[in-house]
Amino acid sequence: MAMQRKVLIGNHAVAEAVKLARVQVVAAYPITPQTLIVERIAEMVERGELDAKYIRVESEHSALAAVYGASAGGARAFTATSSHGLLYMYEMLWWTAYSKLPLVMAVVTRVIGPPWNIHSDHQDLLTVRDAGWLIAMAENVQEAFDLTLQAFKISEDKRVLQPMIVGLDAFTLSHTAEPLDIPDQKSVDEWLPPREPIPFVLEPGKPFSVGNLGPDEVTMELRWYVWRSMERAKQVIKEVDREYASKLGGKEYGGLVEKYRLENSKYVVVMWGAWSGDAKEAIDILRDEGYPIGMMRIRFARPFPREELLEMANSAKAVIVVDRAISMGLGGIFSTEVSSLLRDRIPIKSVVAGLGGVDTSYKDFYTIFKKFIEEFEKGETIHWIETEWYMPWMKV
Amino acid sequence: MSFRYTPQDPWREADEDIARFVEKLLSKPSTGAAGPTGTWRVLRPVIHTEKCTKCGFCWLHCPDDVIQWSLGQYPSIDYTYCKGCGVCASVCPVKAIEMVIEGE
Repeated sequence: MAMQRKVLIGNHAVAEAVKLARVQVVAAYPITPQTLIVERIAEMVERGELDAKYIRVESEHSALAAVYGASAGGARAFTATSSHGLLYMYEMLWWTAYSKLPLVMAVVTRVIGPPWNIHSDHQDLLTVRDAGWLIAMAENVQEAFDLTLQAFKISEDKRVLQPMIVGLDAFTLSHTAEPLDIPDQKSVDEWLPPREPIPFVLEPGKPFSVGNLGPDEVTMELRWYVWRSMERAKQVIKEVDREYASKLGGKEYGGLVEKYRLENSKYVVVMWGAWSGDAKEAIDILRDEGYPIGMMRIRFARPFPREELLEMANSAKAVIVVDRAISMGLGGIFSTEVSSLLRDRIPIKSVVAGLGGVDTSYKDFYTIFKKFIEEFEKGETIHWIETEWYMPWMKV
Repeated sequence: MSFRYTPQDPWREADEDIARFVEKLLSKPSTGAAGPTGTWRVLRPVIHTEKCTKCGFCWLHCPDDVIQWSLGQYPSIDYTYCKGCGVCASVCPVKAIEMVIEGE
């Protein structure tokens, strides 16, 4: 194996992974900030670097419908979208996942309007969390690349056979150039062979229909098999993470979560995405000041890292969940999911910040984490039942 | 029965799941794959042979392929699967098909 170091923006890194995976069908519709992914893939196809069928469609709904068909036909397929485009696909997301078709989609996370806003928060991606897809989120360009390549391996694994989304933040990753290591084609080919014809393949001359009307019990039984696949996926994600390091020389992240300075951590931050890097800087400063704080960074929202969070709660004293997405009338999305697991074990504080793409720096995280620690030490955790909105520019 | 799932033998369980999933999700073309859909019918098409010209227009238009017809023969309807949509009555050029309320 030979790694090549390049400097690429996140969108071009994703396109590079798609090329290395020898994707056969790509269908897409442009939307900022995702467009550069499919533009770059179109160039690769045009130059003959990638032997794929590139289908231009008239909407995101059709984009996903086209790759659904490609996957049902046995091909390795890919699409990408953002925000409103993802919402426009919503119906087809369910058809894909509940047909158990392997597929990979990059979602460059972007604010949902109104008002029109092309910056990054995580509302679009977390809005599709019940649709049966595996959902991962990168912290940096290298991880966006790694996850995209791994997504084909995970999604096509017989034990999984579910589509997978790879998320990356708008602009912070999608349009920001970073150095990354890219494995060579030969090593990738050995590790990621062509797709097996499972769970089914539509062929001319062997007609059948997918998801025909049937008794209600059939629907529930089919949901049960998807549930089982999601449970098995946890192990597959960890295996692929390890294999990627041992066979391709990449980084091993830790599976469904990444642990950052968690050893001897009394206080634990739970969050995901590119801004986790800024939060880690704040953690480093607080550590230098003597505060025992670390992070459990969520890499996969689905399947949810239930076991990892439960284990963390055995030794931690308090958890803060920082969300960039909210369920109105309830709270930060990850905070409610973490609370559903840990509410009887450990105090949990919920903070929503950075909605609408509001810039949130390490200084902001320092302020947020310091307040959390002080409140816990003063025993003021009763207020934590409510989600706190971090908006430093607002005057009371 | 109630179920919970913790993977024990993931590869074998995956094989079994895929086989069951595919069997339930896919349907091959066959007569009555969704059961006796004739029970859905509210209006029943009745062919009045005294008016029928054996043109086969109803056979050509039936969306569920439940009308049998061949050249020179009167058409006949398979009521086990006919849903009573009325397309045949609508397209009949001599109005030889009457839609009758089911049960009357």
